[in-house]
Amino acid sequence: MERDANIFVTGIAVDYPSGIFGSTTDAVKRFGPKRVFDAPAMENALTGIAIGAAAVGKRPVIVHPRNDFMFLAFDMMINLAAKWKYMYGGNAGNVPIVVRAVIGKGWGQGASHSQSLQSALAHFPGLHVVMPAFPADAKGLMMSALKSDCPVIMLEHRTLYDTAGDVPEGEHYTPIGKAAVVRAGSDLTIVATSFMAYEALHAAEQLAKEGVSAEVVDVRSIRPLDEETILASVRKTGRLIVADTSWELCGFTSEVAALAAEKAFNALKAPVRRINVANCPAPVSQPLEKAFYPTATTIARAALSMLGKQTVTFGDIDRDDNFKGPY
Amino acid sequence: MVAISGFAELDSSNSFELSGDTEVALYRSMLRIRYIEETLATLYKEKEMRTPTHFGVGQEGVAVGVCEALRKDDAIYTHHRCHTHYLAKGGNLLGLVAELYGRVDGCSQGRGGSVHLTDRSVGMLGSSPILGQGIALAVGTALAYQMDGINRVAASFFGEGTLDEGIAYECFNYAAVNKLPVLFVCENNFYATESPLKTRQPAGTELCDRARAFKVESQKVDGNDVAAVYDATLKAVERIRGGGGPFFLECETYRWLEHVGPMFDHELNRSYRTQAEVESWMLRCPVKRSAQRLLYKSIASQPQLDQWMAEVQSEMTVAVAQAKASPWPKPEDLFNNVY
Repeated sequence: MERDANIFVTGIAVDYPSGIFGSTTDAVKRFGPKRVFDAPAMENALTGIAIGAAAVGKRPVIVHPRNDFMFLAFDMMINLAAKWKYMYGGNAGNVPIVVRAVIGKGWGQGASHSQSLQSALAHFPGLHVVMPAFPADAKGLMMSALKSDCPVIMLEHRTLYDTAGDVPEGEHYTPIGKAAVVRAGSDLTIVATSFMAYEALHAAEQLAKEGVSAEVVDVRSIRPLDEETILASVRKTGRLIVADTSWELCGFTSEVAALAAEKAFNALKAPVRRINVANCPAPVSQPLEKAFYPTATTIARAALSMLGKQTVTFGDIDRDDNFKGPY
Repeated sequence: MVAISGFAELDSSNSFELSGDTEVALYRSMLRIRYIEETLATLYKEKEMRTPTHFGVGQEGVAVGVCEALRKDDAIYTHHRCHTHYLAKGGNLLGLVAELYGRVDGCSQGRGGSVHLTDRSVGMLGSSPILGQGIALAVGTALAYQMDGINRVAASFFGEGTLDEGIAYECFNYAAVNKLPVLFVCENNFYATESPLKTRQPAGTELCDRARAFKVESQKVDGNDVAAVYDATLKAVERIRGGGGPFFLECETYRWLEHVGPMFDHELNRSYRTQAEVESWMLRCPVKRSAQRLLYKSIASQPQLDQWMAEVQSEMTVAVAQAKASPWPKPEDLFNNVY
């Protein structure tokens, strides 16, 4: 925001003291209400307004406190922002909006406060969809998004906001469309998104104790998808688990499974395994919520099964759900 | 083709004292749009233009009255029935015709078709067929102008059918709260595709009241009287530029041809409106009324009107020939401008 005066941030609650889990609090203090300001609840209109501002040179950042509210903005994001450059033949310029949306989990978030929409959004040419899992990429992907000439949607998992990690000072860009091998391994590949990349790392640590060498690929970018990094890993290990924060059917895990089947079939030593949330809306009650979400343990067990090893008790390797509400 | 002759029983008086030059400019722009649209509609029947096209014949008064009152660097956004606004704002003619033929000289390089027009050089930023998008875009552009302290106005053209969409009210509210420099131009042609007002609005509805409910200043004008539209827009825009916030202009007008396509509804035996109703509105033709006023006030003679018509015909003949000669986009360029 210091480097580009055209950047502004708007959306419900961006200037509240809570500042979207603290992510906009400093921006309010440093840049004030002219560049960080609240908006009425009008998700679709606000997105269209952002596009109209972007069409004449602004770089708006819209924030949705939950992905679920963003459904109301799909018309503008998909029918307009995604197609703007293409359908005017490049003659109407670019509309470089950035849309941040938080994925809820835990404390009974329930059916309409817990969804993560990467698969739906990545379906559409013209959008970029990114999901940071680690602190350095949260900064790096946002910096890249704010320099991008196309609309970028950044889905942020609420559970990850209190993750600690090294973050480079100053200008730090994570390239959009580039996955990261966050742990090298040789027995199998775990390709994961967002929170599940974090869980995959924990699973890999425990698997190492069982003599299993798991490689973890944090995709970071859903569209464009870094096929090269994924395929290189699959060709190396010959086994693939894909873990995502959303559902299986027509989803990210299915996409990566299809990629492996089409372009690395001969390297596969076992069927690809997809790990997703259960095939129902998210429940509220605690035992149901626990059954709904896959964890590091789910991934580790799947890995042992794939390798024909006996399931062991991993102990408490899953990330504590330490979120205490109210939202 | 609809003949533009015979001024019949038209009313030649109005209360707007416009200069002769302005009257001429308004007439010539409308005449040009009318001729271009009718020519396009005729050519459309050859089936060489393969893009669903919503002709604006009959609605020229709104586009011209508003755009003549705006500055070149003011922005407009419009909807599916957008040729009138594109041309009235000064959009490149070859860009329009070639776009309909799907050629590279089209304003959107053959990627957009009839409903996705743009000519940024004249402030015609974009058209979109999804109802309400243009309203939000204009509000957003107005927000950017306000943030940057630029004294420009963003205008949005939309049909009264768009006032069935919630986004319209979200935008009215936002524009009013923030006193944004935006002009909302509602072209009330009484039908949303083929749905009449009575199936969509309670009896006695005044659209201006809806805007006023959001503290948006509003005015209803005869959209088929270009002078009335021009005069109302000038005053609205002056108010907006002075920091008065958004303004809503309802212009009553009428679409002569079918919702999408080059035919009259009665030629296709459509029953949602009668031929008599269409013909009653054709008697209120905005182009004829303007011509009659020029003659009545002795601003122009019939030979002068004929000369202007000849010029438009000549211009359009050249544009159509150029458009048809323009190259097709290459298949290898399919992915250009996705990102």
